[in-house]
Amino acid sequence: MEQEMLLWVRGTGLQIATAVFVIGMVYRMLHIFMLGRKKSLAEARGSEWSGGFRTMWKRSFVTTKLSARGNFTVIAGLIFHLGFFVTFLFLSQHIDLIRAVLGFGWPAMPRGVIDIAAVLSIGAMIALLVHRFIDPVKRMLSDFQDYLTWTLSFLPLLTGFMLLREIGFEYITLLTLHIASVELLLVIAPFTKLAHMFSTFIARWYNGAVNGFKGIEI
Amino acid sequence: MKEHETLEQRLQEQGVSRRSFLKFCAAMATMMALPPGSASAIAAALAKVKRPSVIWLSFQECTGCTESLTRSHSPTLESLIFDMISLDYHHTLQAASGFAAEQAREDAMKEFHGKYLLLVDGSIPIKDGGVYSTIAGRTNLDMLQEAAAGAAAIVAVGSCAAFGGLPNAQPNPTGAVAVSDLIKSKPIINISGCPPIPAVITGVLAHYLTFGALPALDDQGRPKAFYGETIHDRCYRRPFYDQGKFAKTFDDEGARNGWCLYELGCKGPTTHNACATTKWNGGAGFPIEAGHGCLGCSEPKFWDAGSFYTPLPAPAADVTSAAKAAAVVGAVAAVTVGAIDRGKKTLAQQSREKITVEDLKGN
Amino acid sequence: MTISLQNGINTLIGQIDAPIASFFSSCVHCGLCADACLFYTETLDPKYTPIHKLEPMRRLWQQEYTFWGKLMQKVGLSKPVTDEDLAEWEPLVYDSCTLCGRCSMVCPVGNDIVYMVRKMREGMVASGHAPEGLKGATQRAIELGSPMGLNINTLNAQIKHAEKDTGLTVPMDVEGADYMMVLSSAEIADYPEIIGAVTRIFKQANVSWTLASDGFEGTNSGIQIGSSDLAAEIVGRIVHAAERLKVKFVISPECGHAFTALRWEGPNLIGRPYPFKVIHIIELLDELRSSGRLKTEGVDETRMTFHDPCQMVRRGGVVEQPRNLMHMVAPNFVEMPDAGVQNWCCGGGGGVSANHRAEPLRVKVFSRKKEQLDAVNAKTIVTSCSNCRTMLLDGLENHHMDTEVIGLTELIAEHLADNAEGKAS
Repeated sequence: MEQEMLLWVRGTGLQIATAVFVIGMVYRMLHIFMLGRKKSLAEARGSEWSGGFRTMWKRSFVTTKLSARGNFTVIAGLIFHLGFFVTFLFLSQHIDLIRAVLGFGWPAMPRGVIDIAAVLSIGAMIALLVHRFIDPVKRMLSDFQDYLTWTLSFLPLLTGFMLLREIGFEYITLLTLHIASVELLLVIAPFTKLAHMFSTFIARWYNGAVNGFKGIEI
Repeated sequence: MKEHETLEQRLQEQGVSRRSFLKFCAAMATMMALPPGSASAIAAALAKVKRPSVIWLSFQECTGCTESLTRSHSPTLESLIFDMISLDYHHTLQAASGFAAEQAREDAMKEFHGKYLLLVDGSIPIKDGGVYSTIAGRTNLDMLQEAAAGAAAIVAVGSCAAFGGLPNAQPNPTGAVAVSDLIKSKPIINISGCPPIPAVITGVLAHYLTFGALPALDDQGRPKAFYGETIHDRCYRRPFYDQGKFAKTFDDEGARNGWCLYELGCKGPTTHNACATTKWNGGAGFPIEAGHGCLGCSEPKFWDAGSFYTPLPAPAADVTSAAKAAAVVGAVAAVTVGAIDRGKKTLAQQSREKITVEDLKGN
Repeated sequence: MTISLQNGINTLIGQIDAPIASFFSSCVHCGLCADACLFYTETLDPKYTPIHKLEPMRRLWQQEYTFWGKLMQKVGLSKPVTDEDLAEWEPLVYDSCTLCGRCSMVCPVGNDIVYMVRKMREGMVASGHAPEGLKGATQRAIELGSPMGLNINTLNAQIKHAEKDTGLTVPMDVEGADYMMVLSSAEIADYPEIIGAVTRIFKQANVSWTLASDGFEGTNSGIQIGSSDLAAEIVGRIVHAAERLKVKFVISPECGHAFTALRWEGPNLIGRPYPFKVIHIIELLDELRSSGRLKTEGVDETRMTFHDPCQMVRRGGVVEQPRNLMHMVAPNFVEMPDAGVQNWCCGGGGGVSANHRAEPLRVKVFSRKKEQLDAVNAKTIVTSCSNCRTMLLDGLENHHMDTEVIGLTELIAEHLADNAEGKAS
């Protein structure tokens, strides 16, 4: 059963998850553009493109002075995202996957770095969840989807970490759970706010484009 | 060999010392992770054991399992275990042939009904009434069912008998299945591997003979004593895995340094077997020591799990084509639904009534 | 009846575009925008979280433009946006948002929240959920020509004063002038010194300019209440006047929303590009300074600071120019913390100052500005938006602070190189 399940998540399951993810994401992103945007008839003072691209990058680092709750959110959020990307992009096993799919890869980071990144990322996520419960603003804003997407993002990190250290279950069980948790994430992401993994760049571009058009250096 | 002779007597006749016999028993005890005192218990039990009848049926198989067991470079103690059983039917090893052979099988089945041990290697084709493999005009399916009825227990030797093996791999033209898919009423012990480790076969038989019962099994019906851990767990290259040191090709620096073969497709982490501890060819080594990754041969569906050289994290199916097709579907859907939504938006804009200053006055 | 829930819904559905879809798709409810909003920071009431102010619009987007939303609507599980919802959100959309755009700067996923609030107001007006104060102001702007109810006679009277003070002629309806100056109603009513100030500056710099009798009012309540239809009518007057006088430039006054209305929204409101350029008075003064046509003499040693009007700076991109001008005359110019594009709003922008209901809240949240001012302890606050100026004066009075507030153009005019020559008296 275990082998069959592993084979399924590595094969058919992955195909289904990838297909749903790609269909959903391509649909979501193109659909955004399909809604259109009126070109401004005002005289431009700068470039929409450069402003848009600048904000796409720069908004990854919030520089506005914030209160303690804001600073916590920014720092914990940054740690979570960075940890997530470091483990996702630089663990050798993940590069094996990328190389198998795309035909190219890049050097892996040492396991020690990955371990630290994973622990920090998991810790930041737990802290952010607790903050979501106790911070009045976040508590008011939060709905079912926020907790769902938190769980979906947390499981791959957790199972991945357990897999690297073979904690609790056998390698094959953890590997199956890990892949399955990623597939769950892939399947649900396009239909939830996890779509922000792509749409944030569109949003940032539009935000920056308005400023770029007006010649505002932000 | 006389029917009433015990194994001890038989060994003495063959010139095997008691010391060697005890060593074998100790090795068996260790392999099966039995308590320290068990070696003498095994010795005592085995020494007294009478020859039980064993029927060995070979179905859709390659004889590799039998080869594994018999083709040792020098006669080993393991091979002696066969001397203590009465192998009443084994179509590769038996001297009799044709009707005489089948007669021997039927006689044994009748005489030892309910007591004989049934060993099976090879899978059983069941498609089209099982016509794809027959012996003496009878289908494997038929023969298995008949033989199983009177067996005390069944040992499925090799991955084909245990899980279906190669014949069962996609697209499985003969409808090959494992013994356990057909027989539900008898205790079955799976000794998987392609082929299984000879010591594991003899170990299980020794256990059965000593204790008169099957050893503890895992959820795949395999003896836990041998299949309780993965190759990866006991691999001497494991430290390199933990350090993230991997051979990238079979002839690079990493390969020469004996680094982990994970990226070259080693299935050790997901494979339960005793290769890393028991080893092969009289303890000479096991595949990873020879510089090749584990194929995962003792696990179900190992033929269908993608290339032997594909690393575990890699997809076992073509996701690129799926993704490309999905992108097209998604794009078409977005443009279609987008156009509809755009129409809805335009309609909303058109049906919107213009605000005038009158609208700001009063309520 | 034009005003109806349906009209509001239609308006909102029509307003949702690609940027808005990308914004709502991206929001992860991190709540950072609350930290950027003075209505939250000064009250700590979570309902003032900027993105929350858009909840009805978000629900419409979800129901009309997303797969699950449509599905939920089909099976009857979605909550349609009701009149009650919009009524509940009215104070959030109008009273607790000055369209200052600070939230749009902080959002880590890049949501331009103020862009959405501006559009949400379109639906609020169309469904009859705009505050009375803003309705009145907009009505006066349309019917009388100015939200404060001023007309050309009031302006003419102020021009007379200015001409008397300066001994110069204030040009009116001069065809073919290079620049057409537009004023804000607050300037005409409360800060008429600006007329004399620009007259003297333009005289010294030899700028060919004029006022227009049919297009002098820059304040655009239509933008603030959020009705493009009415905003177009108001901005249309200026466009018409500028085209009639064949000017090359229209000068936006020291009024934040007038600048936004004229410079960025105007061509889109009237549906065509302008045949002239729009320039903020501060931009023009800085151009004159850098080309050497604007010369000052003497300095004011007073410890001064500059309040950045949101629409001119953060939303308008005129950031360095006022500073260049400040440095000409104010050696003790100090910057407040968060100065520039991160500046905090005076609390009265975006129509809040015209919305009487919002006054207690506006007064309360001025504490943010006060904190900023306290940090530098300046004697004089210079700004370049007459609405900010009024709000600052009001806030300072409420907090019993004896800080002076002055317009930047006036400050420059006070130090014109030919000062003596300019003053006829």
